[in-house]
Amino acid sequence: MKKLLFALLFVPLIAFGSEESVHLDKAPVNLEDYASLQRGARIFTNYCLSCHSANAMRYSRLEDIGLSKDQIKNNLMFASANVGDTMSISMSPVNAQEWFGAAPPDLSVEARARTPDWLYTYLRSFYLDDTRPTGWNNTVFEKVGMPNVLWSLQGEQVLKKSADAHDEHAAPEFELVKPGKMSQVEYNAMVGDLVNYLTWMGEPIQTTRQELGIVVMLFLGVFFILAYYLKKEFWKDIH
Amino acid sequence: MSTMQKFVGWIDERFPLTANWKTHLSEYYAPKNFNFWYFFGSLALLVLVMQIVTGIFLTMNYKPDAALAFMSVEYIMRDVDWGWLIRYMHSTGASMFFVVVYLHMFRGLMYGSYRKPRELLWVFGMFLYLALMAEAFMGYLLPWGQMSYWGAQVIISLFGAIPVIGNDLSLWIRGDFVVSDATLNRFFAFHVIALPLVLVGLVAAHIIALHEVGSNNPDGIEIKKHKDPVTHIPLDGIPFHPYYTVKDIMGVVVFLMIFSAIVFFAPTMGGWFIEANNFIPANPLKTPPHIEPVWYFTPFYAILRAVPDKFLGVVAMGASVVIMFFLPWLDRSKVKSIRYRGTLYKSFLTLFVISFIALGYLGTQGVTVLTTNLARGFSVIYFAFFLLMPWYTKIDKTKPEPERVTG
Repeated sequence: MKKLLFALLFVPLIAFGSEESVHLDKAPVNLEDYASLQRGARIFTNYCLSCHSANAMRYSRLEDIGLSKDQIKNNLMFASANVGDTMSISMSPVNAQEWFGAAPPDLSVEARARTPDWLYTYLRSFYLDDTRPTGWNNTVFEKVGMPNVLWSLQGEQVLKKSADAHDEHAAPEFELVKPGKMSQVEYNAMVGDLVNYLTWMGEPIQTTRQELGIVVMLFLGVFFILAYYLKKEFWKDIH
Repeated sequence: MSTMQKFVGWIDERFPLTANWKTHLSEYYAPKNFNFWYFFGSLALLVLVMQIVTGIFLTMNYKPDAALAFMSVEYIMRDVDWGWLIRYMHSTGASMFFVVVYLHMFRGLMYGSYRKPRELLWVFGMFLYLALMAEAFMGYLLPWGQMSYWGAQVIISLFGAIPVIGNDLSLWIRGDFVVSDATLNRFFAFHVIALPLVLVGLVAAHIIALHEVGSNNPDGIEIKKHKDPVTHIPLDGIPFHPYYTVKDIMGVVVFLMIFSAIVFFAPTMGGWFIEANNFIPANPLKTPPHIEPVWYFTPFYAILRAVPDKFLGVVAMGASVVIMFFLPWLDRSKVKSIRYRGTLYKSFLTLFVISFIALGYLGTQGVTVLTTNLARGFSVIYFAFFLLMPWYTKIDKTKPEPERVTG
């Protein structure tokens, strides 16, 4: 009887897995790697931060990944004057809507909304498509309004074989028709840095949070020992 | 007489401080055989206090304005000192409140804590549960993410299914034709003032009722039946303070370990406590492909979707919560505790727990023929647990209860 009841609990799981899903590559996220985060920040401010804003992110926060105020000011700031400013852009959402069909989203917490793996795969999955107004399409985000802004680095690729929609392990196949400034390995590493940065920017406190967590857990561990013996002492006469 | 005694004496002449201390702590006699399941009442109180305190600090920086709300949460997460900790404690606290309350209610089911003379205690508890659901629902709108927005949109539109007054009613709740700034403002008011007041009041009523009738215990027998002839103290009772205060401190520390593990290492709990979609600002023009409530509402959401007719679905969903109020009068068993109940009750309770968890899971999944049929089956079991209770608890073969509490 118990076994039957237990088996019943798993019945709903059968229903799972029937949804269509996109194949995603694993993003090389390492928030301890400041060099990678700094490279990512540079790519972000150079390539993303003209159409996309990061309104929750202050330039000065980049000090957390080992950059000095001067470095931030001289190398990463183009529009704003003050390191305390947020990463806002001058393009208005209304114009953006008109130009791209949809306003480019603010990227402050995009890595938390989309997951790093999604971003990593997305930024490497643009292909040429004449039917799209921008000439670009994407296998992760079909009919996306965004063109491949990194094309000069990645080169231009065409879709050779679409992925099987029912098999999430199957990745689509691309063919590079015009090489960019970077080799595929270099390009993947660069997107990796960018995604690493976006992941960090989604929650700049996250490594501190985990470090503090260990201290809190240790404290609670000691507290538990005290609480345990306190209880034992009080309860020794209760039978 | 020491200065301290004099001071307390001065107060006691004006306010029953010592009397209250005795009634509710040092001379409140609780059964000595409480087990693991008896931690969750005090833990629920702890979480309530934590939610109120963190809530106060969040309110200092949060902006209840459709144009500012989303970014003000990110501002708290980044620019407010310790804002991230306060916010994660609050968001984790919301889910953990339900974890604790569900375990607390399950304890009641196992040991028959709702039975005479504790019917009102149970009813107050159910009102608390209702108020908590309203509190959580309105609080979830405040971060103004996509899931906040569309979750509220879907749930409020359910009121529209009520015949005749439905549309006007949902319009009245929202204060607009869609969920908007007006909705956000009123939900904020309810979340930070109205419902917390109701919750605190009900908690007081719940505890006063408990201390009037005395706590149940895992054996489901009344310790007041056997009192010391001289002192009139229940023989199996021990003063709540210091015995259960020190024991509950231990429970609190274990709970805080689990709580902190979530806050510091997995604050979103993989999308169960904070959904990924809620990191996208609310957009009234863009419906997300999957709209699902947070996990603690999904069993009822699954029941709603299991019924083909929208209005009847709403009725079924409402009934699935309201029916719990009647437990004290549905149960006809001679014994209270699961320890002395027969196979029938144990099987029904197990099936009920499985249905509740399964419905909770199904409520998070997209709708297919299979999930709908499963949800229907589990909904039937869910209701059968309550509706057939007068029958199966009466014919169930029970074991004799002991005279005095056992280990």
